[in-house]
Amino acid sequence: MNNLDYIVSEARSAFAAISDPDALEQAKARFLGKNGQITELLKQLGKLPPEEKKTAGAAINVAKASIEMALNERREAIRQVALAARLAEEALDVTLPGRGEVCGGLHPVTRTLERIEALFRSIGFEVADGPEIEEDFFNFTAMNTPEDHPARSMHDTFYLQNQDGTVADTVLLRTHTSPIQARYMKAHVERYAQLEKMPEIRIIAPGRVYRVDSDATHSPMFNQVEGLWVGEGVSFADLKGVIADFLRSFFETDDLVVRFRPSFFPFTEPSAEIDVAFMSGALKGRWLEIAGCGMVHPDVLRIAGIDPEKYTGFAFGFGQDRLTMLRYGVNDLRLFFEGDLRFLRQFA
Amino acid sequence: MKFSESWLRTLVDTDLSTEQLSHLLTMAGLEVEGLEPVAPPFNDVLVAEVLEVVKHPDADRLNVCKVDIGHGQPVTIVCGAPNAAVGLRVPCALPGARLPGDFVIKVAKVRGIESSGMLCSAKELGLAEEASGLLILPHDAPVGQSIRDYLDLDDKQFELKLTPNRADCLSLSGVAREVAAIAGARVKPVEVPEVVASIADQRPVLLDAPAACPLYLGRVLKGVDAKAPTPEWMKRRLERSGIRSISALVDITNYVMLELGQPLHAFDNTKLAGTVHVRMAKADEKLLLLNEQTVTITDDVLVIADDLKVLAMAGIMGGEESGITLATSELFLEAAFFSPQAIAGRARRYGFGSDASHRFERGVDFGGTRRAIERATQLIIDICGGAAGSVVEARAELPSRKLVRLRPARASAVIGMTFSAEQIASLFGGLGLPFVRDGDDFLVTPPTWRFDLKIEEDLIEEIARLYGYDNIPAPLPRGQLKMTVQPEAQRPAARVRQLMVDRGYQEVINFAFVEAAWELDFAANADLIRLANPIASQMAVMRSTLLGGLVSNLLTNLKRKQNRVRLFETGRTFQREAMATPVPGFEQALKLSALAYGSALPEGWGSGSRQVDFFDLKGDLEALLAPLPLRFEKFVHPALHPGRSARIYLRQSEIGYIGELHPEWVQKYDLPSAPVLFEVDFDSVMASRIPIHAEVSKFPAVIRDLAVVVDQNLELQVLLDGLRRQLPTLVQGLQLFDIYVGKGVPENKKSLAFRIVMQDTQRTLQDSEVDAAMQHLMACLGQAFGAELRA
Repeated sequence: MNNLDYIVSEARSAFAAISDPDALEQAKARFLGKNGQITELLKQLGKLPPEEKKTAGAAINVAKASIEMALNERREAIRQVALAARLAEEALDVTLPGRGEVCGGLHPVTRTLERIEALFRSIGFEVADGPEIEEDFFNFTAMNTPEDHPARSMHDTFYLQNQDGTVADTVLLRTHTSPIQARYMKAHVERYAQLEKMPEIRIIAPGRVYRVDSDATHSPMFNQVEGLWVGEGVSFADLKGVIADFLRSFFETDDLVVRFRPSFFPFTEPSAEIDVAFMSGALKGRWLEIAGCGMVHPDVLRIAGIDPEKYTGFAFGFGQDRLTMLRYGVNDLRLFFEGDLRFLRQFA
Repeated sequence: MKFSESWLRTLVDTDLSTEQLSHLLTMAGLEVEGLEPVAPPFNDVLVAEVLEVVKHPDADRLNVCKVDIGHGQPVTIVCGAPNAAVGLRVPCALPGARLPGDFVIKVAKVRGIESSGMLCSAKELGLAEEASGLLILPHDAPVGQSIRDYLDLDDKQFELKLTPNRADCLSLSGVAREVAAIAGARVKPVEVPEVVASIADQRPVLLDAPAACPLYLGRVLKGVDAKAPTPEWMKRRLERSGIRSISALVDITNYVMLELGQPLHAFDNTKLAGTVHVRMAKADEKLLLLNEQTVTITDDVLVIADDLKVLAMAGIMGGEESGITLATSELFLEAAFFSPQAIAGRARRYGFGSDASHRFERGVDFGGTRRAIERATQLIIDICGGAAGSVVEARAELPSRKLVRLRPARASAVIGMTFSAEQIASLFGGLGLPFVRDGDDFLVTPPTWRFDLKIEEDLIEEIARLYGYDNIPAPLPRGQLKMTVQPEAQRPAARVRQLMVDRGYQEVINFAFVEAAWELDFAANADLIRLANPIASQMAVMRSTLLGGLVSNLLTNLKRKQNRVRLFETGRTFQREAMATPVPGFEQALKLSALAYGSALPEGWGSGSRQVDFFDLKGDLEALLAPLPLRFEKFVHPALHPGRSARIYLRQSEIGYIGELHPEWVQKYDLPSAPVLFEVDFDSVMASRIPIHAEVSKFPAVIRDLAVVVDQNLELQVLLDGLRRQLPTLVQGLQLFDIYVGKGVPENKKSLAFRIVMQDTQRTLQDSEVDAAMQHLMACLGQAFGAELRA
């Protein structure tokens, strides 16, 4: 083995024995530093005869490159070991829970409300609102239900006391969301009084309503959503179409049957109850009553200032709570109003 | 209304099965709410006659009976019933019979004697809850006939949920008429011959309030045996219609009411003096009613009176004194038409109702009054004996039945499909609606039994109903495509709710009526809005704040070991306000309220255990409104800790308050520590803004820190307000990043450290400008607040 090969081999084994980066740099100096063995050989090149200089120089450079390569390889190896050690040290238990996660949620009835709003908005309905302490006029009279009308016994109405303790006779807690219809129509008519043709009314009106009733299926306060479409040529068939479309969209299934059954409300004529039956699932085959509806009674239109000969319309009222119960399989209405986080969090 | 199916089938000829009938009624608007067999299934039970009863030789309580079952030899049956006696007709279950409860009858030896069947009680046949012995059948029960046939036990009980407009179906005849119309069947009306008077007795009748009572028929009957038993068939029909048998006379009036729809009343004729007056009550007349209630009648109530006294509340309830008893032998029978307007609401006002008032306030067929009194008279004579005088009829102007015009084109437009004149004529014909044609139109005369056919739409409903709602198409509708308003400077309510959810809050919905104590504690509200008829005392007052509900929810959840609670509710609050709109007298603002309680972060290995405080909730609220800035000003609120509560302002308007629950309520409501709460106007938090672009500087920002020492009680807001007016324009941002009290800062002082960002949009700032700005700031702070640079 000539001297160069020996130096290269010596450098390789020297590097291999080192695992500390500083020691490696010191070892490098022994070979490649100012007074290193390779540097010394290069310095002596000048003393050689010119014809040998070329081959000897080339050989030294080859050796130098080999040593540099060995050095770099060793540097990288040492870095990799250090990195591996650091990574091992930094390892986490990634299965620990994340920090500060929060789990808020909408009330299930609100969840339903937002879906109902979105579905009806998608066919051009706006959302309207109205007061909960309502005037007797809007709750009953404007809804074609005069005092002593037998239909008033269908609602067990909450009344308020005056400051002197007597019963207030002009206001009450609304028993349904229908008075919003009356208020909206009146305002709509006033807004467009100057137009020859009134723009269509297409609204839904969700809200809390109140009746003197309390058991597993009745709550003294519950949620309804009212719908109203008044315009030229709006028909009972249209009502059926909208409701069927809504129910299939809301329950996201075609696997249900909707039926309209004649009924009576003072503010619609013809009137209907809407029943739905699912073709599968826990409630399969049972008719479930979910809404009342009908063509807006001409007197109701007239009270609002709308000519029933020119415009017709339909209205419907869904039980939001009932839809929520059906959608999510809740079987006791009272759960909605108890504020129990264990119940409510399921709907997050 | 409840009724027996087999009774109905005597009045209408139809092949429909029970289920078909039920479906058809429901789909015609007479909702079948209940449909029950009158008896559970069983078989092989016959009418038997007991021929011999001998004590069982080996058992004290048993008898050995010989029983005739109508064919073959008498059979021997061992029986333990105490009332077994020779000559009785009783139900007998034969071997092979399967009784309710899956009880199978076999030939078996009972204490050594072979028994070939069982004599049955009503309980054993599932006809009654309890029984003390054998079911005794009438003497004429045909021996050998199936008990199911004899007692009509395959009958079904229907229960209809009738809407208030369909009073015409509050009778079997009415339902039969409806079935005939919808099924195309034939009605089999009850035959009611006139009862010819056999006595001369009459009692005159005067109609003093002819609008309220335009028709009154009265008739005297004498020699009536009020103690006569009600026939079994009548009892059975009444019971299956949900009416208990009382006495023959009462049963007959009820029976006729069910059969024909006409309420009747029977007075004891010997208790009446002179003329019968149908008049409005005089002020403060008192009457003891049949339900033992004494009422003071107001003058808008129609009464029946004689020359001396009030006898009855007309069409609602009779009086006790003039009522019939088992001793009555002389009757004055009343059949009248009272107008719905005269009856409506009156009974309810006195806190009761009756079958009669229920019918009269909805409308009774004034074309059937005479039929009803004749029918009842005949039944009384048949069952109780006696003789009848002639009918006295007092009559004024009966309700008019105005012609109602129906335009086929209008009907088609409203229903949404075309109906031909022939179709309409056929549907009206089925319903028995008389009409004439006027060009294309139909002019319909509503029958006397229909009170709900007044306008064209009522007839349109009849067309739709009889055609079948199910058969009307359900196309996707066409409408005007007008875009809805979506103001950009306002966020949808759903977005606001979602922001709360995203901050970790759970939405709740609480009742709007609350305990009065909550209103006092959480709102110091002395002017309560009380319900006149609350369902419970803790739900008696309309809330003026949502806080009470949230605190109550917190308690509920703490009891259920939920120790970290974040809640919010959006809902209306109610306050008296004379000028409020839209309902004068009541301000009904929509609010958003939130409550935070427990650890600041969900408990966990890496979260620490800091409890939530004012600033956590304030941060949530600020995040809710971001990027709009809020201002907070210290104030005092009855619900809140006076040192830890603030009013909230948005764009100079007060929008609500925030704070920690007052220690007093923490103690009173037994809370382990104080929750923090806010309540804001919902409309305000929907506020947003339409962004306006401002140029972003291309030149570098300079950031400097400034720490100053000020009085400890100086509010940051006061300092910022003071500074804002004097801020050099190149100061783009000023943020508090540290507060320090303690070593190195004098007593009653605090150190505030601000990070100040300075930038110009047109050029790079010079050090000298920055230094000057900082000096200016410091000078301002020194001058206005005595601030000193922190050493």
